[in-house]
Amino acid sequence: MSSAVLSSAPPQEVAAAPPMGDVLPPVKPRRGLIGFVRRNPTMAIGGFLLLLMVGVAVFAPLLWTVDPTALAPARRTREPSAMYWFGTDMLGRDVYSRVLYGARISLIVGFSVAFFASVIGLTIGLVSGYVRWADSIIMRIMDGMMSIPSILLAIALMALTRGSVQNVILAITIAEIPRVSRLVRGVVLSLREQPYVDAAVAAGSRTPRIILRHILPNTLAPITVQATYVCGAAMITEAILSFIGAGTPPIIPSWGNIMAEGRALWQVKPYIVFFPAVFLSITVLAINLLGDGLRDALDPRMAKRV
Amino acid sequence: MSSPLLDVQDLKKHFPIKGGFFGGVTGHVYAVDGISFHINKGETLSLVGESGCGKSTVGKAILKLFPITAGQVVLDGKRIDDMSSSVLRPLRRRMQVVFQDPFSSLNPRMRVRDILAEPIHNFGLARSGAELEEKVGKLMDTVRLPRDAVNRWPHEFSGGQRQRIGIARALAAEPDLIICDEAVSALDVSVKAQIVNLLQELQERLGLALLFISHDLAIVEHMTHRVAVMYLGKIAEVAPKRSLFAAPKHPYTEALLSAVPVPMPGKARERVILKGDVPSPINPPKGCRFHTRCPYAFDRCRVEEPPLRPVPTALEAGHLAACHLHDLSADRNPLAVAKGQALLAV
Repeated sequence: MSSAVLSSAPPQEVAAAPPMGDVLPPVKPRRGLIGFVRRNPTMAIGGFLLLLMVGVAVFAPLLWTVDPTALAPARRTREPSAMYWFGTDMLGRDVYSRVLYGARISLIVGFSVAFFASVIGLTIGLVSGYVRWADSIIMRIMDGMMSIPSILLAIALMALTRGSVQNVILAITIAEIPRVSRLVRGVVLSLREQPYVDAAVAAGSRTPRIILRHILPNTLAPITVQATYVCGAAMITEAILSFIGAGTPPIIPSWGNIMAEGRALWQVKPYIVFFPAVFLSITVLAINLLGDGLRDALDPRMAKRV
Repeated sequence: MSSPLLDVQDLKKHFPIKGGFFGGVTGHVYAVDGISFHINKGETLSLVGESGCGKSTVGKAILKLFPITAGQVVLDGKRIDDMSSSVLRPLRRRMQVVFQDPFSSLNPRMRVRDILAEPIHNFGLARSGAELEEKVGKLMDTVRLPRDAVNRWPHEFSGGQRQRIGIARALAAEPDLIICDEAVSALDVSVKAQIVNLLQELQERLGLALLFISHDLAIVEHMTHRVAVMYLGKIAEVAPKRSLFAAPKHPYTEALLSAVPVPMPGKARERVILKGDVPSPINPPKGCRFHTRCPYAFDRCRVEEPPLRPVPTALEAGHLAACHLHDLSADRNPLAVAKGQALLAV
């Protein structure tokens, strides 16, 4: 009897299905850039600012910059002018060039940490949420890590090694992993109770398939949103680490380093601190706007908002 | 009838309650506490009862979505409750499920084609991509959805359409038994009728057995062959449809049936109003579980748990009730005395 389901269904018995157009109103979202901006204004603004910043970082050599590490003691601490747009620091280096090149470090650190923390946190969260016995062990370790403020954890990790961009990325990634894996675990715990997961089990799907086809795709929306916040937080952490001298080596112009060096003079020459701070704030704002926009756009219930 | 398609013996599912300082087990929810029933090939058995009585837990336990506490589940002569998941997997094809909520029972990130192809793929029911595509198309015909809708996402469908997709997914495995866990409860009345008719038609055409878990007695009366009434994790009464609806024997069934609205203005049933609430399944009453609310309860009900016994006065054979009132062999049966006579005569 079992094989009769499909084979014994004579097509003539089946009434013609109504055309779908009658049942579902066609959805015609406005296409193109204007439509996208109107539907997702926060995402559009955030994305635009971030793209601008990425463009600045990538094309820094073409944007009328000079060597950001070139010393010129004779021309130190100049005010912003037509010659030195953002002025010069106490060693005579051009702040404009340093800020633009500094964008590279911040963005590399931000994107790398967001990527690695998401991938590792996703893996840990999936295992923790789906494998009951592993959950209590993994989550106790994560709780332990989260009991230390992430900035202190990053400082401690940096103290164990020498300052380099790779080590900064590694230290901040380790400090951010617990938060990401906690989020993923929570999402997985609620997803595994969904009836469609039970239906997939009844339909004979094995555990790896259930994780990959049913659980993972539904965690991507929250993880993407979380990744943007991690990216923003990582940039700030990088600036803090550099500012207190525990981050990238002073030879590399990063926003944290520029601000750290300008700190001594900040009451008389505030522009040295001001420009990198503004760039950092705008970048982090852009990323957070992008994250908020993504969160709204990826919510399936808001997906059909036209 | 030969051996039943599904035979459930003394099924128990107790959920531990974790609490306390070290997260130890502080008690159990006796969600399902020893129930037995069978379903024959091509038959509909309805499992009815109020919210929280353990109906859905029975469905999930049969599907082995979680391990059971005790008892056995036998599918077509093979005991499946103690099988390892890899041995059980090919047998899962024969039992499929349709859930209540048409929104959460379909993965929002899979297209309809992939949803329907999953069981076909898992059970190796198609040898080629073309055959798979053809089977998916036929499933769409079977549940009266347009074939070209397979490229759509679940959120593009209405509740009734999604429930059709859920039924198509269950049919994709070419099962012998479909467990309908409140499959029509979330739908509005006209759509509900369509889905019920579709299920009945499929049953006739394909010889499917259905375990129809529901709290809607009107629908149950319309489509079932036999009914099992659950109360607080136990079966109170199980009987062929006509026998149960015309002459219920368990006082709980009586009360349930008296609550079904009569489709006739101005006409009302004599209501049996139960007092009190359902006791907690964490600490169920001793003796008969229904004695705290039963209008006919007597001494024996408070101490001795009634087994499911054939009712000698029933309208049709195969009518079982777990009630001491119908144990006519006992000495002190109050039915022999005045008040109960009416109950016997029903």
